[in-house]
Amino acid sequence: MELVLAITIGVLFAVASFLLLRRSVIKMIFGIAVLSQAVHLVILTSAGLKTGAVAFVEEGATALPPTAADPLPQALILTAIVISFGVLAFTLAMTQRVDETVGTDDLDEMKGTDV
Amino acid sequence: MDALTFCIIVPLASALACIMCWRMPVAQRWIGVAGMLVLLAAAVNLFAVVAEDGIQAITMGNWPAPYGISLVADLTAAIMVLVAAIIGFTVAVYSVADIDARRERFGYYAFLHFMILGVVGSFLTGDIFNMFVWFEVMLLSSFVLMTLGGERAQMEGAIKYVVLNLISSAFFLTACGILYAKTGTLNFADLALKTKDLMEPELLTITAMLFLVAFGVKAGIFPLFFWLPASYHTPPVAISAIFAGLLTKVGVYALIRVFTLIFTGDMFFTHGLLLVLAGFTMVCGVLGAMSQFDFRRLLSFHIISQIGYMILGLALFTPLALAGTVFYLFHHILVKTNLYLISGIAQRYTGTFHLKQMGGLYAATPWLALLFFIPAMSLGGIPPLSGFFAKFSVVKASLAGDTLFSPGAAILGAIALAVGLLTLFSMIKIWNEAFWKKPDADHPVNPAALTKMQSWFLFSPVVVLAVFTVCIGLAPEFFFDFALRAAKQLLNPDEYIQAVMGGRE
Repeated sequence: MELVLAITIGVLFAVASFLLLRRSVIKMIFGIAVLSQAVHLVILTSAGLKTGAVAFVEEGATALPPTAADPLPQALILTAIVISFGVLAFTLAMTQRVDETVGTDDLDEMKGTDV
Repeated sequence: MDALTFCIIVPLASALACIMCWRMPVAQRWIGVAGMLVLLAAAVNLFAVVAEDGIQAITMGNWPAPYGISLVADLTAAIMVLVAAIIGFTVAVYSVADIDARRERFGYYAFLHFMILGVVGSFLTGDIFNMFVWFEVMLLSSFVLMTLGGERAQMEGAIKYVVLNLISSAFFLTACGILYAKTGTLNFADLALKTKDLMEPELLTITAMLFLVAFGVKAGIFPLFFWLPASYHTPPVAISAIFAGLLTKVGVYALIRVFTLIFTGDMFFTHGLLLVLAGFTMVCGVLGAMSQFDFRRLLSFHIISQIGYMILGLALFTPLALAGTVFYLFHHILVKTNLYLISGIAQRYTGTFHLKQMGGLYAATPWLALLFFIPAMSLGGIPPLSGFFAKFSVVKASLAGDTLFSPGAAILGAIALAVGLLTLFSMIKIWNEAFWKKPDADHPVNPAALTKMQSWFLFSPVVVLAVFTVCIGLAPEFFFDFALRAAKQLLNPDEYIQAVMGGRE
């Protein structure tokens, strides 16, 4: 299972890099979205994958059972997903505004400030 | 212990108060200024506590240290919070006359406070993932400030700024994932203890490189700085001033944090690479500045070259060099913000940011000329102003024989001196074009452009920052003493680890 995920993460990073190198703004934004998904998967695998129990401390016990999955990466990934969702919403709104004011989707034509 | 959390609660409370007063822009404005003043008091208090009692640490939810999220203030962090508060307050005062009513109505002050919250949080956190979250708080607010107003130039600058910063965040998060996978902890102090035993040196170096890219983009080091001169000159002056002063320095602070606490295994490679990058950063920044004729774009390139000096101090890794870096950080934040604020006043008088179209400011407004002269000469490193002592300590450290890279580091010292000379050249260029030259026929100096009230709000922050620059220059020993103590704490992480992991209360 780790191998499958590792390959998936690699493919996602490759796709994201390809999209980020495009001149079109909207493709670049898609690149960022894919990139953040790849990173989330890295975090998910960081504690190792196992088909164990959910991370609940049993009644009367003081620690997690050894079969339990590590709950921390799940908390991290949740935080990261919420943040990347907010950021993506912002970038999409910004792209629309860029389209309205600059009137192009081509990064090569956005050189008005580089003088 | 309360001093720490207070510094985070204050900007959060002011930001929320601003949002509560959404339909009352005038109330937002004064909450904005007053909130910064309270933050300044909180930061002074924190600094006093840390200077007196040593490193302060507190772990959220009363969990023992590696399990809860820690907030830590060592002397470096306390100094940075104090400087951030000074800049926040001066820029908020300047904003009263600089930010138009439309931007105020769309929550300028709320986002200013959210950004300061992110900056202060990044300085005070003791947990690498928490630092990521604070970075995002800071970045997202800075995105909003950058695009607020939605002018064409702003949007063109913003798209580059946003995309490159998001890519760097992805690197940051990947590196956090790898660190957690190998060590099972995210707490800085715990990481400092565990990485050397639990991680293969090669993997540790790879992770270090991921962090170098992530923070390098934010700090604007070579070759990752292109977003900076493409975007920093596009928003209103108050916004670009606080960006120029604070945001890149958060990247530098993060680099200092990880490269003193965690990645000290293969120092010859990691810090050697930092050394080379510092050289390129200094040279590229200053050469880029020479060809510029836009007031703010020229200053943007100088941010990059000055970042090089700070990285140089970090790479050399001796007490004197790191003290130089800390001294450089606070000197640079004050001076650079001030230069941006002055560029805004010059623009008000002449109606342009383009240096070739400016002129005659010295004859018409000698006081502005004097106020420009102080930070400009300080940036160029002329004694007895603050920049001289910052450059002097970094260069002296590179020439001393006690670094890991001696005597090769002396080359970097020579580069630093040459770059200082070119910086001075750039400042003289601004002086000649904007102040000394005869007024341009199309852009005459119009001292009546500012009402008495406006001048008061625009000039007082500039005067305050200039006085700080002169004070640091006149009493460098007092300030350098703190920088040296901060550097010793950075070089001796045991104290930091003890404060976080050691006994409670």
